Amino acid sequence: MADTPGHEQYTRNMVTGASTADVAVILIDARKGILTQTMRHSFLVSLLGIKHIVLAVNKMDLVEYEEKTFREIVSAYEKFASQLTFETITAIPLSALEGDNVIAPSTNTPWYEGPSLITQLETVQTTEDLVEKPFRMPVQWVNRPNLDFRGFSGTVSSGSIKVGDGIVEPTSGQSSKVREIVTFDGNLDEAIAGQAVTITLEDEIDISRGDVLCALQDRPATADQFEAKLVWMSDEELLPSRNYILKLGTTTSSARVTALKHKINVNTLEKTAAKTLELNEIGVCNFALDKAISFDPYQENRKTGSFILIDRFSNATVGAGVIDFALRRAENIHWQSVDIHKDARAEQKGQRPAVLWFTGLSGSGKSTIANALEKKLHSIGKHTYLLDGDNVRHGLNKDLGFTDADRVENIRRVGETAKLFVDAGLITLVSFISPFRSERQMARNLMEEGEFLEVFVDTPLEICEQRDIKGLYAKARAGEIKNFTGIDSDYERPENAEIIIDGANTAIEDAADIIIAELKSRGMI
Amino acid sequence: MIEKHLTHLRQLEAESIHIFREVAAEFEKPVMLYSIGKDSSVLLHLARKAFHPSPIPFPLLHVDTTWKFREMISFRDQIAKDYNLDLLVHINEEGVKQGIGPFTHGSALHTDVMKTESLKQALNHYKFDAAFGGARRDEEASRAKERIFSFRTETHRWDPKNQRPELWNIYNARVRKGESIRAFPLSNWTELDIWQYIYLENIPIVPLYFAKERPVVERDGMLIMVDDERMPLNEGEVPQMKSVRFRTLGCYPLTGAIESTAATLPEIIQEMLVAKTSERQGRLIDKDQSGSMERKKQEGYF
Repeated sequence: MADTPGHEQYTRNMVTGASTADVAVILIDARKGILTQTMRHSFLVSLLGIKHIVLAVNKMDLVEYEEKTFREIVSAYEKFASQLTFETITAIPLSALEGDNVIAPSTNTPWYEGPSLITQLETVQTTEDLVEKPFRMPVQWVNRPNLDFRGFSGTVSSGSIKVGDGIVEPTSGQSSKVREIVTFDGNLDEAIAGQAVTITLEDEIDISRGDVLCALQDRPATADQFEAKLVWMSDEELLPSRNYILKLGTTTSSARVTALKHKINVNTLEKTAAKTLELNEIGVCNFALDKAISFDPYQENRKTGSFILIDRFSNATVGAGVIDFALRRAENIHWQSVDIHKDARAEQKGQRPAVLWFTGLSGSGKSTIANALEKKLHSIGKHTYLLDGDNVRHGLNKDLGFTDADRVENIRRVGETAKLFVDAGLITLVSFISPFRSERQMARNLMEEGEFLEVFVDTPLEICEQRDIKGLYAKARAGEIKNFTGIDSDYERPENAEIIIDGANTAIEDAADIIIAELKSRGMI
Repeated sequence: MIEKHLTHLRQLEAESIHIFREVAAEFEKPVMLYSIGKDSSVLLHLARKAFHPSPIPFPLLHVDTTWKFREMISFRDQIAKDYNLDLLVHINEEGVKQGIGPFTHGSALHTDVMKTESLKQALNHYKFDAAFGGARRDEEASRAKERIFSFRTETHRWDPKNQRPELWNIYNARVRKGESIRAFPLSNWTELDIWQYIYLENIPIVPLYFAKERPVVERDGMLIMVDDERMPLNEGEVPQMKSVRFRTLGCYPLTGAIESTAATLPEIIQEMLVAKTSERQGRLIDKDQSGSMERKKQEGYF
């Protein structure tokens, strides 16, 4: 039971209390009827997904227990509440002072035939619907006591699961069947919403904390963008450009608000334009995450549709959100799990796939060396592909410019493309200035351990500028090109490149041979 | 056909297990504070359930004030052996050297040095970033507003006015180096829930909870058990054999017994249902001197 204060400055507390409640008792003074705060409270509990309302019309003793007064309040409330999402509204005429209809039916209200307040609270059915929903279990902890046991521990958020049932991890598309439902008190045949269990599967699939085990047939949305209603809980206002930590179930991701559509006045439900949200304000926002996650709309599933936002710097919980729907209609595109894997494709080609990520200043010789290397690999029967920075900008990335944000997106797309080629089993050569360490790291993180080899073509700026094959340095010096790496934009030197080529003193053919030798020593070719 | 609805004890159990797993998954070095009492017994039982078939993936820590009931210590060692637990025992040796004790220095100083300070010493020494405790919201007013993940500064201070909002079952586990959280899996349990669960699950507890003839003296309206020879008797004070039991357990000189003949769990539950007083009424430290529980907690008391 949570008794939450009613004033507007306590919206944060009200929302927090409502987040774990199944039923809300909305108190009305029979003399005053529906007030602003009645509407505010009703909106907030509706927003937080509470489906069952007890409308407690109190102080009936002060209106002579008049049925008409009660009926008028109830009908006004029902009219107002029709725009909200309640399933049941049970109105009870009360006098807390006199005890009328609190515990037992009162003789003062012979015209009232409904339950007393206590009876209603004790009998209202609230949990059964969760069991009827599709199966979801966010994995909290991988349970590995020894090499023979690998279980996934978590609490069933919704639905139920039986031994032998099929499950899927929606972000990867991997599926399997439930082998055992393990508990301290013995294995179960079935687990239902609310139970904390450990599930083992028939197949060895890669599942870790943050993944959600789901029903095969009725999957959640998987997307990296969604619309949500956000309640702001911090004295520091929301910064739409800032990256916050988003925690949904057991998944943690990085998220920012890409659009604040409007805020909602909690008293009148009016929508107004907004640039930011302040403490206790509620807004409808689009979110973009750094990865796709599984979720359901909050009004369908409170457990898998709710999240908190954490400030990266203060570590404070600054916001609470409820998801409306996935954006870009990504919700119906599920990851297709395929049977022929990277290893099989690479084996057929007699090689191990890798990314050779050439980085260095413009004119350092990256593309020339990469080109020579690809010819050599091709001549010895290896399967390759060369992604060149300039060429990619003519097609895939032609919508991008040279601001820092566009450079980051440029690298992200190339990284993802390289990942697809690696998945196809190819030795993928990427020739990109890629000046920022964090973006090279981002590309590295996309690949598996040992697949990403950073090739730093280390040629001093003076020599690159002397060469100036494309005449770009001259233009940059003249101020005709902005944000040119080495001139008015930084190049962050690699700290742990796998291969370093001295670009000033190494012949092109020798550079290619150095890389081939490295690939051989790593058993890649 | 299995029941499609969990009983309230099974819901509480599942919630506690969820909290245990969240902490184990999100923190680098958790520890469970084990005080040997009934709540600790339930906490331990739930921890075993949470990680089964794995062993509990963190150690237990008992802060020993050296004034616990002898039966508590023997129970602790037996449990550690039976369940093969990684049990750490910490004693504030500085306090022992100075001879700090409740009879000579008063309950407040004793608790401060041998319990609160001692706990901080242990947490700093092992560099734990999360510590489980068995506190419940129904125990005491300042505990009612405590979060399930309760943030502590580098100096172990709690700021009741600046707590992180806690919504749904999503817990903010972010701490900087040196900061920590106290995690309370039993937050939403009541004393009655604890007893019913002990009964339902047949959880071993210290025999002091059951009524038996024990030597006690009456002081300041409290029945204090004479547990060892360190207890100085006032003039004319003669220990009397009375059928007593304890509702909570702590340092024996600071823990009042109640007269009772309840020697089984159903009898204890029966007595509880008619009791009008809080279980902590037997705790001297809650009332002693200026220290409210809230102040003690801000300073790092569990």
